[in-house]
Amino acid sequence: MGEQAVKNALHIENVTMQFGGVVSVNNLTLDVPEHKIIALIGPNGAGKTTAFNCITGVYQPTNGLIEFMGKPMVRNFPKGKILKNYLGENAGKYKDLPVIAPTPDEITFLGIARTFQNIRLWKSMTVFENVLTAKHMRAKQNVFSATFRGNLSEEKRMREETMALLSEQGLDEYKDELATSLPYGLQRRLEIARALATDPKLLLLDEPAAGMNPQETLELADFVRTIREKYDLTVFLIEHHMDLVMNISDYIYVIDFGSEIARGLPQEIQSNEKVIEAYLGVSDEK
Amino acid sequence: MGTLACGKVHIMEYVISVLLSGISVGGQYALIAIGYTLVYGILRLINFAHGDVFMVAGLLGIYLTATLPIPVSLPLVIVFTVLLGFTIERAAYKPLREAPRMSVMISAIGVSYLLQNTATYVTGGQPMTYPTIPFLSDTVNVAGTQTKWVVIITPFLVLILVTFLTMLINRTKVGMAMRAVSKDFETSRLMGIRINSVISVTFIIGSALAAVGSTLFFTNYPAITPMAGAMPGLKAFVAAVFGGIGSIPGAVIGAFIIGICETIIKGLPSNWDVSVFSDAFTFALLIVILAFKPQGLFGEAAADKV
Amino acid sequence: MTTTKKNNLPTILVIAGLLIFVIILENIRSVFPFLPQIFDPMSPLFTVLKKAAVYSLVAVSMNLLNGFTGLFSLGQAGFMLLGAYTYAILTVPAELKDQVYYLFGGCAFQFSFVDFFKGIFGATGVPGAISMVLGCLIALILAGCVAGFFAFLIGFPVLRLKSDYLAIATLGFAEILRAIFQWQRLGPITNGANMIKGFPTFSSFNITDGSGRVVLQLSTFVPFLITTVCVVIIVLLINSSYGRAFKSIRDDEIASEAMGIKLFSHKMLSFVISSFFAGVGGGLFAMYVANAQAKAFTSTMTYEILLIVVIGGIGSVSGSIIATFLYVACSEWWLRFLDSEQYIGGFKVPLLRNGFRMVVFSVVIMIIVLFFSKGIMGSREIDLNSLFVKKDKKKGQK
Repeated sequence: MGEQAVKNALHIENVTMQFGGVVSVNNLTLDVPEHKIIALIGPNGAGKTTAFNCITGVYQPTNGLIEFMGKPMVRNFPKGKILKNYLGENAGKYKDLPVIAPTPDEITFLGIARTFQNIRLWKSMTVFENVLTAKHMRAKQNVFSATFRGNLSEEKRMREETMALLSEQGLDEYKDELATSLPYGLQRRLEIARALATDPKLLLLDEPAAGMNPQETLELADFVRTIREKYDLTVFLIEHHMDLVMNISDYIYVIDFGSEIARGLPQEIQSNEKVIEAYLGVSDEK
Repeated sequence: MGTLACGKVHIMEYVISVLLSGISVGGQYALIAIGYTLVYGILRLINFAHGDVFMVAGLLGIYLTATLPIPVSLPLVIVFTVLLGFTIERAAYKPLREAPRMSVMISAIGVSYLLQNTATYVTGGQPMTYPTIPFLSDTVNVAGTQTKWVVIITPFLVLILVTFLTMLINRTKVGMAMRAVSKDFETSRLMGIRINSVISVTFIIGSALAAVGSTLFFTNYPAITPMAGAMPGLKAFVAAVFGGIGSIPGAVIGAFIIGICETIIKGLPSNWDVSVFSDAFTFALLIVILAFKPQGLFGEAAADKV
Repeated sequence: MTTTKKNNLPTILVIAGLLIFVIILENIRSVFPFLPQIFDPMSPLFTVLKKAAVYSLVAVSMNLLNGFTGLFSLGQAGFMLLGAYTYAILTVPAELKDQVYYLFGGCAFQFSFVDFFKGIFGATGVPGAISMVLGCLIALILAGCVAGFFAFLIGFPVLRLKSDYLAIATLGFAEILRAIFQWQRLGPITNGANMIKGFPTFSSFNITDGSGRVVLQLSTFVPFLITTVCVVIIVLLINSSYGRAFKSIRDDEIASEAMGIKLFSHKMLSFVISSFFAGVGGGLFAMYVANAQAKAFTSTMTYEILLIVVIGGIGSVSGSIIATFLYVACSEWWLRFLDSEQYIGGFKVPLLRNGFRMVVFSVVIMIIVLFFSKGIMGSREIDLNSLFVKKDKKKGQK
């Protein structure tokens, strides 16, 4: 890939996440170019979700820099007691720069939306309300205008956009049902719809095909491509489902035990010795 | 300030008497606090009814000593209190094991309400005087200060009971199970630990200590009303949080600190008018602790999983 | 099909009808004196209606926080206390202050809203009435504001805590407030541990003729009106975009934050608004009992309101209101007989004596908590519109 020519939506540099004496993500450096579909793969417990949690502000990384759309979004370095027990690399690289530690909602506001590995829909709400509530963040209103209905046009806009999103996902017929009453595959779709409702530039999908059957997985691949075109999105996904990853990814990063072991185009990854050893080796030995 | 300025002798006496009664009240809170801290450690439940169990133990003391000789009645108080604690757990908390934590807490509040109202009904709402228990109520002279034996005995009794309890938790199989359940409820269950019996044991220990505490506390207290358990209960809970919830030594030290502070506030010159704050102080302490060191003095910081 | 235009007229009509019904109910015996004793304005019926109206507001405000936002707070009595005192201090007429605060040589605070407006509009007749209504109204709103402001201050340390710690911390704050208001040093403002009296109560709103005879009873209507307005505002809030955000926090905080909802500020918003209405409720409570005294606002009061909310269904406004009326009616009226000895023929019913009512009550509550944990309504609501709309639809289909 011509790295200089392409603008990066997300740039991760030397990110390390250490919990006590355990390094979950070790010195991770990767780029997610705009308008691409990039995958992060690795065996169970490799630190993929932790990496996502660092990007979305759930965790503050112990060290490293994350840039979004060319601007620093998260930055930290180990200090004090943590520095003493620090097991990662590049401990001093960012120590002269100010720490940036936004909360998850601030990151979402910047334009990064996510889905969850273990679906987290709002369980007492209907399908429609789940998507509508995600529009709250960008609504032009305050608590008084909302309560006394001074935001009617804004509310109408939110409802129409929500409905449009649902129709597009084929969820409109379920709109008044409880989100948690949907079949699993549809719940995953609803989570994506909800994430799209926050108007993201970058979409993070945490194992979007988990629990789906082959047919649904195939549809999902098409669907991810469609929404990328339609919303001009960049997609960064974690996935276990090799078929899906190889099918839709433009570029793949592989991590194991928190560290990168390979990166490359799908066909390169497929034949990479290290990856096969880390990833598929277990099943070979059986 | 005027009352203090009466010479050194009086100040010494004053300090000793405040310290003595502070340590004694603290010891009594400690016995209640252990019940809170054990239950919270295992069920993550603020057992709002625990203070009322303590109050009922006090009432049992009154009714039983009225009909039976003291050597029989006092052990019976412990037995009945333990039965009450056990029954409450089985009837009001066990059915809600899978329910959200808020439901269990509401159930605890409901039990507290029930115990208070039943006590009002049984006593007719009249304050009841605790019987004079020989020896405990006798006065003794310590460094020129008149006080009751119960004040002297409480801290020692607390230390003995706590040592005993710590041994139970660290050396016995039940104790090991309790520690395991408080670390990880689900895994312990999967490992074949009988959760329900561990929880019952916890409630039994907590109630027994509350019964002992009630005898000590109310001997030094003018009367028992149905509300008499609520405030000591809440204070003991604060003591448990202060010391680090789940930690027995923490609860004991927290209780001693709260007991002493409270007696100091109550003992301040009456023209300062601050005695109304003796209860409020405890809560102020709680909020300061929760804001700055939520894991308490000896508690472990819990890590959250997403 | 996205947004069916809702017609709220039926709801408005039902609410207006209810309020008019209350006025008729409390005046009907002055028109038809032969009606039974129960329609007398002094009968338990009206005590129950007034108290239930006040408590419904507090229960709904607690439900907003505990039921809709999922914040388990036990500070309701504290905020009611703030509201009650604010209302009382601001409305005791200047000429009564020396008498009320006699232990402290008069009040440090001579201002009274009622006097203030009387100075503008006049003290007697219709202008006097307007002055009193305006004074009380502003004092009630300020009562809410003071409670809301304290909630705002308390919220910073407290709202970051987890569920049960939040409960105990808010309970602690309520106890601290109670101690502060009983402090003798603040006597010139709070009247120490003594009660503040002499301010306008519900019966001050009854319309009298020149000789002081009541022409039109409004003492039950007033709390109904105020509560209705407040509850309507809360319902509008719950059904707004902010209400949805609150519910999302209750359902899954982590998902809400990931969808861009600011956790802390939304929790704070819910806490402050809930406390505002608890404060107004406290002011109404002071009007109902005709005094303000710190020792009334104990944690037992909070527990009582919490249990009402649970009985009605956590997360249901209409449930809270129904439960309040049932609860108050049972405790103040229908179950009163349990508290005194009863004879059926020559047979003395066992167990009945003072205090038995509350035992029965607590047993019922425990049964609801343990076996009917969804309460009366669960999280459903009574939709006043659909009472009419559904019928129309059926007609259309035929």
